[in-house]
Amino acid sequence: MPLRKDLKKVMVIGSGPIVIGQAAEFDYAGTQACRALKEEGLEVVLVNSNPATIMTDKAMADKIYIEPLTLDCVKRIIEIEKPDSLLSTLGGQTGLTLSMQLAKEGFLDSHNVKLLGANPETIDKAEDRQSFKDTMESIGEPVIPSKVVTTVEDALDFAETIGYPVIVRPAFTLGGSGGGIADDPEQLRDIAINGLRLSPITQVLIEKCISGWKEIEFEVIRDSKNNVITVCSMENFDPVGVHTGDSIVIAPAVTLSDKEYQMLRTASLNIINELKVEGGCNCQFALHPESMEYAVIEVNPRVSRSSALASKATGYPIAKVAAKIAIGYSLDEIVNAVTGKTYACFEPALDYVVVKWPKWPFDKFVYASRKLGTQMKATGEVMSIGSCFEQAIMKSVRGAELKVDSLNLPKLEKMSTEEIMANLDPAHDERCFYVFEALKRGASVEEIHQITKIDEWFLEKLNNLVKLERRLASEPLTDELYLQAKKWGYLDSVIERISGQKIQNPRTAVFKMVDTCAGEFAAQTPYFYSTYDTENEAKEFIESKNSGKKRVIVFGSGPIRIGQGIEFDYCSVHCVWSLKKLGYETVICNNNPETVSTDFDTGDRLYFDPLTKEDVKNIIETEKPYGVVVQFGGQTAISLTSYLDQLGVRILGTCADSIDAAEDRERFDEVLERCNIPRPKGETVFTAEEAKAAAARLEYPVLLRPSYVLGGQNMIIAHSDQDVDEYMAIITRTKLENPVLIDKYMMGTEVEVDAICDGERFVIPGIMEHVERAGIHSGDSISVYPAQHLSKRIVDTIVDYTGKLAFDLKVRGLVNIQYVVYRDEVYVIEVNPRSSRTIPYISKVTGVPMVDIATRVMMGISLKEQGYESGLLPNADHVAVKVPVFSFEKLNNVDNQLGPEMKSTGEVLGIAKTLDEALLKGLAASGQNLVHSGGVLFTVRDADKAELIPIAEKFHDMGFELYATSGTAYTLNKAMIPTSLATKISENRPGSGIDLIEQGKIQYVISTSTKGRDPHKDSVRLRRKAVERGIVCLTSLDTANALADCIAMKKTINDVELVDITTIPER
Amino acid sequence: MLQNQKKAWLVLANGMVLEGKSMGCTGTVVGEIVFATGMTGYQETLTDPSYYGQIVIQTFPLVGNYGINSMDGESQHCWLKGYIVREWCEVPSNFRCEETLDVFLKQQQVIGLYDVDTRHLTKIIRETGVMNGAITTDENYVKEALLEQIRAFSVKDAVKSVTCPQPEEFPSLDHTRKVVLFDFGYKFNIRRELVKRGCDVIVVPAYTTAEQIKQLNPDGIMLSNGPGDPSENVEIVENLKEIMKLNIPIFGICLGHQLMALANGAKTEKLKYGHRGANQPVIDLDLDRTFVTSQNHGYAVISDSLPKEVGYVSHKNANDSSCEGVRYTHIPAFTVQFHPEACGGPQDTAYLFDEFIALMDKKEG
Repeated sequence: MPLRKDLKKVMVIGSGPIVIGQAAEFDYAGTQACRALKEEGLEVVLVNSNPATIMTDKAMADKIYIEPLTLDCVKRIIEIEKPDSLLSTLGGQTGLTLSMQLAKEGFLDSHNVKLLGANPETIDKAEDRQSFKDTMESIGEPVIPSKVVTTVEDALDFAETIGYPVIVRPAFTLGGSGGGIADDPEQLRDIAINGLRLSPITQVLIEKCISGWKEIEFEVIRDSKNNVITVCSMENFDPVGVHTGDSIVIAPAVTLSDKEYQMLRTASLNIINELKVEGGCNCQFALHPESMEYAVIEVNPRVSRSSALASKATGYPIAKVAAKIAIGYSLDEIVNAVTGKTYACFEPALDYVVVKWPKWPFDKFVYASRKLGTQMKATGEVMSIGSCFEQAIMKSVRGAELKVDSLNLPKLEKMSTEEIMANLDPAHDERCFYVFEALKRGASVEEIHQITKIDEWFLEKLNNLVKLERRLASEPLTDELYLQAKKWGYLDSVIERISGQKIQNPRTAVFKMVDTCAGEFAAQTPYFYSTYDTENEAKEFIESKNSGKKRVIVFGSGPIRIGQGIEFDYCSVHCVWSLKKLGYETVICNNNPETVSTDFDTGDRLYFDPLTKEDVKNIIETEKPYGVVVQFGGQTAISLTSYLDQLGVRILGTCADSIDAAEDRERFDEVLERCNIPRPKGETVFTAEEAKAAAARLEYPVLLRPSYVLGGQNMIIAHSDQDVDEYMAIITRTKLENPVLIDKYMMGTEVEVDAICDGERFVIPGIMEHVERAGIHSGDSISVYPAQHLSKRIVDTIVDYTGKLAFDLKVRGLVNIQYVVYRDEVYVIEVNPRSSRTIPYISKVTGVPMVDIATRVMMGISLKEQGYESGLLPNADHVAVKVPVFSFEKLNNVDNQLGPEMKSTGEVLGIAKTLDEALLKGLAASGQNLVHSGGVLFTVRDADKAELIPIAEKFHDMGFELYATSGTAYTLNKAMIPTSLATKISENRPGSGIDLIEQGKIQYVISTSTKGRDPHKDSVRLRRKAVERGIVCLTSLDTANALADCIAMKKTINDVELVDITTIPER
Repeated sequence: MLQNQKKAWLVLANGMVLEGKSMGCTGTVVGEIVFATGMTGYQETLTDPSYYGQIVIQTFPLVGNYGINSMDGESQHCWLKGYIVREWCEVPSNFRCEETLDVFLKQQQVIGLYDVDTRHLTKIIRETGVMNGAITTDENYVKEALLEQIRAFSVKDAVKSVTCPQPEEFPSLDHTRKVVLFDFGYKFNIRRELVKRGCDVIVVPAYTTAEQIKQLNPDGIMLSNGPGDPSENVEIVENLKEIMKLNIPIFGICLGHQLMALANGAKTEKLKYGHRGANQPVIDLDLDRTFVTSQNHGYAVISDSLPKEVGYVSHKNANDSSCEGVRYTHIPAFTVQFHPEACGGPQDTAYLFDEFIALMDKKEG
């Protein structure tokens, strides 16, 4: 069936901010969907609160609302835009849940909006635990013994009947939030309470634990004509019990015979047919390792993280096809864009294997529990493609940016074998390294299998690598042995290190195609992966295309992690688009399957490989580019700069030397001296002793951080020698290649600028001011555009400094500068001569297409030629705020107090006429439930007590009940603000903060402490309790003050005008 | 880890030589080289009689992951001449695994080759079409002599070589129907699908005549898959012309489909490189639906050659529009080019067996 004639204007709901369990994959899906709809000439109305996304770009939709994803907001947009239909299945769980609510309320019907992609009845069959179970049973698909309960007592009763351990799965939560495995009634009680709270319908499933079974997934697509296919199967390295988002995954499934494979494939088809999904669907199965017994674990009747992975693993664009199906097409009418010949109604055949490796945030959250279970903890992932499993997993592990280049984790070398064996179970983020180490120490595959239940197939493959490393270490490095090591994914540097021998005849990788069909048909738009073989298909492909255009490689930003998120993909993709417009042949290198940059048709060519030196060198040898772009791929790409420079590759834009000058402490000081710009005093140190001596000279508080970092990784504010000792102990755990920076910490207003410079002119689209004073990482601060509280003199100084720095550093393209305004003086904190996290935000709210302009500058088109004068552009006539979003509820034991180390995973936008209104939107969009009455609990450090008084007074004046811990309560009561006392948690007396929260008396918690992190401290326990109960918890008085002002307006977001950002004029 | 493995070579009719390593049996073997794209089901491929005379390349690089068991064979032994994989799994993992691929090939006396660039090889076949070739483990082989053998080779007497010598009966549990299954090189799962549906199956040799069939008095006739050039089977085609006159419901698969078409006046042709895999999309023109099918054939019925008065093309391949099925209008018969019995591959078209049962019931009713 062709395009439905009754569709003209389609609304698409995005997935909102990046949080654990719902990340960049939905930008990829949404972008593909929007493009698919626009291709058909449909008008697209987009709603998504996340400004960092590509889908919220003018090129993607006709009307774009970066507004809170609340029911009320979406309804208002529907009333304004009057779309005739709503696409529900491409915006993750958020988009789907909103769509279902709109449908069930009858709102869609009453506004003549057709729901595309799914209907509420079938969605319920998949998502409501009980109906899911009933549905599966009705079609004869086995499920695990389970029961839906709504009370803790019922949970305990049912667990008694099926026996422990049991799994708790809350209904309708992201990434399995609030779930877990309970071994006994006590644990069950805890998990069930939390799960019931997190479930929007107060419902959890108690299920028999089948840990140890194989976990297999199928991605399935169905159209309205009942055509149905499976795109890909995937098998988890970790058996059932570890969330699939946290498991290493291989595609296709490898340990299943055809009988088992077809059994589960047929089951997948039965399920999607029963659910009548029109589009993509993900089916997860548990398969007994010793029989044909299986059970359906979960079905996601929408595009998901797994479908993004399956798309990239096979070349089959699931989201695009799902969107086309939703608007009427059938699978046999949609052309397979990769082959250009065949149709979407077929199943991809792979002639390689794919390994996914998750990226966890535990490097940032040192106190977080690293145990993996049913609740996802990874922020991102990398995917690698190889001719064999060994090669693919080796590529994954080095591509995940874990500071390792093989499966040898240095810290394990010193551990005893007992410790290694003891850490094999339960699963944690480093388990694969422990398994590898155990094999190295001679543990048998069988033994490890008994402990971990990881299939012997995987263990044998890892053992192959162990044996190879033994040979490398003990035998002469013959060409044959060297080739074997290359085929199994070893870098030359690793081979030389392990063997202690020099490689005589180094080899260059060849590239093979991903073409969806295992070579059966010639491909039009393939992508490539490296391997060691005879034929270089990429080379042949380039020659056969012979476009005559100059080739430019754009390096992407690797896995999504805290501090380097989707923003850099936005920048990379925009750069590619601009280059294409300028007539260049563009090549993308990236290894993140969740992104738009790794979509097969974003660039002219894609290399799906890790971004390490050797991997990149191989690509360069095949592509022989005119130049490469590193400034849009975050630190991942930037860190390749000096190497690429050494290779003699032309770095387009700011040169390697300038990047070094900005990052090298001493050279940067020289820059500042030349420009006569002040910065907070600082020194560089290597040891704790040096650090303490420097701190004494600078005077506490001081800021400590390693040089060459992103996202404030391992950055703290130290108030004492003790803090310095604790910090240096952690930081020196791994070998220090670069020194630690120690700076005087100035608690002033933080200001951020993104500028474009061509060497002759510089343009600043806007100045951003942070609500929180310096000390909270810029990525975790609420960023306001335009700056609201800066005098003209300060603004002029900032503009002047920005120009001077950009010129002195010879910036060609983008530069990001952070300033602190302290006692009416401007100081520079840092300069990053590259794209930053605020680029998509500032581009969208100012109407200045920064990446496009910067790309043109890099390619030699001056700002003058582009029509830009030097300096700051006039302010737009609205105020915008970027509000950070955190994933604290997914990570146990992480202190949610904000500091210089970045903790947020995503962001949302608030845009309005005034700052307060913009904040109101931003806070609502970030999920903070602003209520106008109830209780506020204060517990602040001594330094904050005086400043707290006016804030507490605001809450008191609005009629809130105030509570505080002893010191804080004393201060407030003394200031005549009536405050009730909350007892100390550690005293175990009734009336503590935790009790008050559990009694539901508290709506806001405002908590600051000099030291946090340690999960046993009272303050951390209190803040964690607030997070677990979904209570707004603020750890900066500045945020608290802004929040108080917002609440005082007595407005809701319904009182604030909605903005279609396509109406912001382009400048 | 595989070390110091004996070398082996693949010599192609066009003179190209690829060096790899030896697995399975040693020696020299000449055959027709084809590629199969299924990602699972190698045991079914190895035991599928339709591969008689051929050297099969697996495009999926990791073969033998789950080993070989005594249950999943599609016939009693291997019929293909040679087997080429990128990598075979030394230590398979599956609860039903009984032996490794290498051991199985040795038992079955199949010469195997691994550690070659199978994708490169596949593309050569794709570009030039099916080609003859040889695998040898003899390091002193004489290329020119081997090339002569290679060029002289063709798959001959395929059906004659694979069919059973005498009839054999396979009773079902409830004995509701009796079906004669022509063994042109049948896959066991065709029989299993029939037995499962209550059919007592009598497997008969390929050259069984109409007269013999009549004596068996079956409710239905099943024409199996099989190897080789369909047009070579002149005698069988003549028999089929007579068998059709018995007016017994007929269901044909693969070679059975082609032979039936020949018996009805249609023609067959050799495809450039055939369809071998588990992902071939087939459009059921009556239902206007596309099914993912398992396929293994190098020849196809020429759609236009089918006389209008006997029937119509009911299925076509979504990729290359080749004929995938015929419904006969003058007799109760339908045939398909693909494999509804799957094994390996998708089971999505197993409903055709139900249609066959329905056709038999209708005839009786």
